[in-house]
Amino acid sequence: MKTDATPPAAMSESAPILPAPLDTAIAAQLAARGRWSPFEILFWLGAVSTIWLLPDHHLILTEIVIWGLFALSLDLILGYAGIVSLGHAAFFGVGAYTAGLLARHALIGEPVVALLVAGLAGGAFGFLTSFLVLRGTDLTRLMVTLGVALLLREVANRMAWLTGGADGLQGITMQPVLGLFRFDLYGHTAYVYSLVVLFVLFLLARRIVGSPFGLSLLAIKGNPLRAGAIGIGAGPRIVAVYTLAAVYAAIAGALLTQTTAFTSLESLSFDRSADVLLVLIIGGTGHLYGGLIGAVVFRFAQDWLSAATPQYWQFWIGLILVVIVLVGRDRIGGWLAPLRRAGDRLVPWRGGRDGGRP
Amino acid sequence: MIPVLETRNLEKHFGGIVASSQVSLSVARGARHALIGPNGAGKTTLVNMLTGVLAPSSGEIRLDGEDITRLPPHRRVRRGIARTFQINQLFADLNPVEALGLAISERLGTGTHWWRRPGSRPEVVAEIAALLDRFGLADVRGVRTAALPYGKQRLLEIALAFACRPRVLLLDEPAAGVPEAERHEILAAVAGLPADVAVLLIEHDMDIVFTFADRITVLVNGQIFVDGPPDAVARDPRVKAVYLGESRDGRAP
Repeated sequence: MKTDATPPAAMSESAPILPAPLDTAIAAQLAARGRWSPFEILFWLGAVSTIWLLPDHHLILTEIVIWGLFALSLDLILGYAGIVSLGHAAFFGVGAYTAGLLARHALIGEPVVALLVAGLAGGAFGFLTSFLVLRGTDLTRLMVTLGVALLLREVANRMAWLTGGADGLQGITMQPVLGLFRFDLYGHTAYVYSLVVLFVLFLLARRIVGSPFGLSLLAIKGNPLRAGAIGIGAGPRIVAVYTLAAVYAAIAGALLTQTTAFTSLESLSFDRSADVLLVLIIGGTGHLYGGLIGAVVFRFAQDWLSAATPQYWQFWIGLILVVIVLVGRDRIGGWLAPLRRAGDRLVPWRGGRDGGRP
Repeated sequence: MIPVLETRNLEKHFGGIVASSQVSLSVARGARHALIGPNGAGKTTLVNMLTGVLAPSSGEIRLDGEDITRLPPHRRVRRGIARTFQINQLFADLNPVEALGLAISERLGTGTHWWRRPGSRPEVVAEIAALLDRFGLADVRGVRTAALPYGKQRLLEIALAFACRPRVLLLDEPAAGVPEAERHEILAAVAGLPADVAVLLIEHDMDIVFTFADRITVLVNGQIFVDGPPDAVARDPRVKAVYLGESRDGRAP
């Protein structure tokens, strides 16, 4: 505060060479935001353990990981920047077809490189369409994103010479990951590969949402008027996070193509956009784990309900959705809060949200 | 000397309604300037135009002689004009430390850093600490804004605007709705603002206005009615008529 002409008495003492106690407390409080909670560590240990504990379920687990990544990507824009979308499958589909075409025409054989290229393709498409969601209300955003996805699906349908149209993109053969790990019939390679990709992208997302940039997104979402009044220009940041989310969604789509050696118009469909929103709402927005937890619940509920009541499983999914939305804040993430608090008690001191309370 | 903030013939029409008309206001460097007037006189409309929330129908706004009439709100903040809101506009889910950190990072241009952890820069932390101290928010630094007592929320309003290090600070009824017991804390914070920051204060409480201001502008029906030093404004019979014999819709006699 050296530009102050008349600092009050309380402040003149607060610039010693050693950091004041308040400074230390603030730094600790901010650092606590980014600290790993025992809950998170358990979550990932649990995920990794399934590689050995549930070897017979790797196919469905791969699907869950991909849904989780896709929902995580939606959380980046919905949970952090407050941008609703009913057309997120557009990016998923761009990634799915990019990966499919790269492999089918042997343009890029190595899956990881192809995955990155698919992500870039999705990002480019996300960047171009991000300008459509800069302004307007939730309703206009819903309609614009829905429109873009419908449009893209129809383009893919018409360009059957490239995409295979309604028959889907067939004849994809996958090269080994990094030239070392061959995709097997039981989906072991596919699962480990998908899980690693999810974890790496999760780490990056976690870093980004915890950064000053991530905080500024929360500010834009929380109160755009005040965000502008403290100098935050919302436009470029929405473009940035929307593009990032598109990259993530495209990588999720590419993973699905690579692990199933097939893609179809379904990857671009409205159902997919709606389902990913459902998955995210089930798990809860704005804490990154929502999409992952939602994917587990959604996929198992789907499996279990369709086995129990083959004709009516969508009825039950619908009912669950209504209950979750009406119950609102007590989403699944919230139901686990006592567990998380118990975990927090294991750590000596955590600032976090409640840091200042006695 | 150029005034730090100046408007020339500022007009705002909402359809057929004239909210501001021919407003030529001049705020001197480091001034303690009060803007008063009956309800519906166009005070908040004027602040919204000054900060870029509303685009004026015509006229010009100059900050340190530079035309800022067409700049979006966040660019004006960077040029040195910050505001508080009559009705709290805060980040309900963030605590004071996070909110102040945001404002400071924006000013330093590090708000877009996506790889850095907040709190990793000692100068930002030190500034957060200084602001918490100055505005009496140190004890509640970790409490979600939505859970703060109303008086603390009003202080955070001012602290957030002040964190932008403005040359001109617009305070829109800073003590509005604050219980009597907590008022003095807010008024002390306003009184303690550094002398090099020009303050434009909108206030209904005449005691506050006359203890604080070295210049007063009276706005009536969107127009500048009287403008001058406090004693001159206090003696002006027209002002007395507006305030004492005021009709409910604020019409000038």
